[in-house]
Amino acid sequence: MADKPEIDEVTGIETTGHEWDGIKELNKPLPRWWVWTLYATIIWSIGYWIVYPAWPLATDYTKGLLGYSQRQAVADSLRQARAAQAKFVKAIAETDIAAIRSKPELLRFAVAGGRAAFGDNCAPCHGSGAQGAKGYPNLNDDEWLWGGTIEQIYETIRVGIRADHDDTRSNDMPKFGVDELLTPEQISDVAEYVLSLSGKAADAAAAKRGKAIFAEQCTACHGEDGKGNQELGAPNLTDAIWLYGGDKASIVESIRTGRGGVMPSWEKRLSPVVMKQLAVYVHALGGGK
Amino acid sequence: MTSSDAGASALDPEGRTEGRGSRPPAPGRDGGAPGSPRREVAPGIVQHDVEAINARERRALYVGRKKIHPKRARGTFRTLKWIIMAVTLGIYYALPWLRWDRGPHLPDQAFLIDFANQRLLIFGIEIWAQEFYFVTGILLLAALGLFLVTSIAGRVWCGYTCPQTVWTDLMIAVERFWQGDRNARLRLDKKPWGFEKIWKKGATHLTWLAIAVATGGAFVFYFRDAPILMGEFLDGTAPTIAWVFLGVFSFTTYMLGGIAREQVCIYMCPWPRIQGAMLDRDSLLITYREWRGEPRGPHKKGETWEGRGDCIDCKQCVVVCPMGIDIRDGPQLECIQCALCIDACNEIMERVGRPRGLIAYDTYHNVDAGEDVSQRRVRLIRPRTLLYAGAMALVAVLMLIGLAARTTLEVNVLRDRNPLFVRLSDGGIRNGYTVKILNKRHDTRSFRLSITGLDGARLAALGYEGQAEPRIPVVTDDLRAVRVFVSLPADRVRALGRDVVPLRFVVTDLVDGTRAMRETTFRMPKR
Repeated sequence: MADKPEIDEVTGIETTGHEWDGIKELNKPLPRWWVWTLYATIIWSIGYWIVYPAWPLATDYTKGLLGYSQRQAVADSLRQARAAQAKFVKAIAETDIAAIRSKPELLRFAVAGGRAAFGDNCAPCHGSGAQGAKGYPNLNDDEWLWGGTIEQIYETIRVGIRADHDDTRSNDMPKFGVDELLTPEQISDVAEYVLSLSGKAADAAAAKRGKAIFAEQCTACHGEDGKGNQELGAPNLTDAIWLYGGDKASIVESIRTGRGGVMPSWEKRLSPVVMKQLAVYVHALGGGK
Repeated sequence: MTSSDAGASALDPEGRTEGRGSRPPAPGRDGGAPGSPRREVAPGIVQHDVEAINARERRALYVGRKKIHPKRARGTFRTLKWIIMAVTLGIYYALPWLRWDRGPHLPDQAFLIDFANQRLLIFGIEIWAQEFYFVTGILLLAALGLFLVTSIAGRVWCGYTCPQTVWTDLMIAVERFWQGDRNARLRLDKKPWGFEKIWKKGATHLTWLAIAVATGGAFVFYFRDAPILMGEFLDGTAPTIAWVFLGVFSFTTYMLGGIAREQVCIYMCPWPRIQGAMLDRDSLLITYREWRGEPRGPHKKGETWEGRGDCIDCKQCVVVCPMGIDIRDGPQLECIQCALCIDACNEIMERVGRPRGLIAYDTYHNVDAGEDVSQRRVRLIRPRTLLYAGAMALVAVLMLIGLAARTTLEVNVLRDRNPLFVRLSDGGIRNGYTVKILNKRHDTRSFRLSITGLDGARLAALGYEGQAEPRIPVVTDDLRAVRVFVSLPADRVRALGRDVVPLRFVVTDLVDGTRAMRETTFRMPKR
């Protein structure tokens, strides 16, 4: 670079000396503040390499002076959250489940925890709002197959229904049609009677015939008045709530096949505290007894 | 806006100048190097050897920064600016220390932005996060006020009250204190580094840093009780975030006010670009009365003033300018309209025995009217100013109404959407709601929750079983959410025959009977 930089005649600005097809490039450097900012950020980044995890190694990576790890940060946050909850978790573990409701602070904690656990474990069948679906009970209402007190709800969660638990809840409605215990005409008559039980429009003659069959076949579980039996998980047939539908076709289908839903036992999957929270939450949905 | 053709003139190979204030190009010349020949332009007045930083012949797409050494000005506007600086800085630094008694449950800082509790405390006014529209209103008022003032008198905000201007002014005063006025600073900058230069520059920067730290510190005090935080700063227990913001604002004050100065106004700030839309021919702007000043030139004692302008081209207006520009080049983007050139020029005009006001607040209209006095006018009341003033009045009235209607009790109702309603075993329908009661009083109150507008409906609140109209205590300055179920018997559902009916929640303060209401709906299956 012995030569002095060439000065462009027209603009009076020095050129870079690069030439293409007779056109020379003017030397228009980047603004100095910009260049210095770039250098400053490079120097800053060296600081990052030193204090933060930066370089991958063969089997490991440079840890940095601060020893920062996002994974560790998450673990720490979780541990802090658990520590903050510990007081309540302990209290719930020690408090009788029915007594939780009379302690506002515990109740709020249990409902919040129960809502989260419900979303993780129960919502796939019962729905995110616990509104249920055909064959999956609505947990908001005041009709309960196995009882709606907080203890009964806890027990149902614990042992499940037709689940792999020794004490699991189980009812056994015969498949009257499938197993040919009743003829289709008899089933139709019983369905008419069941319709009349809840005050729905029904063929009086058929219902009368059905009543006799009902007394013979159904009262053992559903009771003589059709109000069911929560000990046996037999639904109340006189109210406005139908798990599988309250029209005649649905009732006929229920008598024909016997239905019979399932629910897992949660005892081996959830801790007693979480099951308590779930029971409190479900009870607090509005239908608890 | 003359700077818009900066690019064009940069490519102008001849360095041609045109229009008003044209002078022979003087590339590379700057600020009165000691010893360079000085020209006496009037008895006792020497011309300053200075060029405007944005002089036409100097413009280029890429320009290095030209250091500006503003000379001290004296006069009405300088005095006014000192007063405004004292008042604005006084408010800024002192406000966090002002106390305001709000009772035992609230902080006693007069102005506190309480992030932790999501509220803004301004003397007797308390704004919660959900009432942030008050702040929107204040910002609206500020913006409209800026528009109004600009349409009346140009960039008054920029020239007198903008923090950038005020702090830059302060930093320049500090610089002048340690290093002397313009000529002394020019000499010092030319000198090689030595003891004198090091200590003078060092003292300047240290003072700047001290001001910067005080500024950053004062900012943080707005967000936390000032005396407590001050104690924490002193014994080192202040929260990290306080240190971080102290650092950030110290750094920006030092950089923007001390180092960057006019660069902020010219390159960083959007306001110079926006203000063009607020000005019109009747806005009072700092104006060189060209019709009076031109043709300019030196004036010898005893010479007649006939046939020449009043401007003796002493360039006092250029050297006092903190932006380093020449007001005689006409209105320009770089001009923050601080009026210091008016002071400088008036002083000279008095000395040469010409009337003051060669540079003054004046309008485009009057500049065009020139010497024709009959055409001169100053119209402060114009459609534009009336529009801005009207908009301000409207916002102010709306805010006052809002403030007057502000309650100490609020109820919000969130109705359940999943499920919308629940059918009960007796055929009735139940709806779920989350009722939030907000007690903005400074003591704990109990509230009765009830419903109206739906005959036969029953209310039950979770945790308040057995109470038809639950009594809910809410501690001071707090919000309490309650799960509420409203159920309607089957016969009423049938009788209504609709899928949605209105329902109203009423919350009554059990102490003084204050009521708050919230309309919502009760939903049933479609039939």
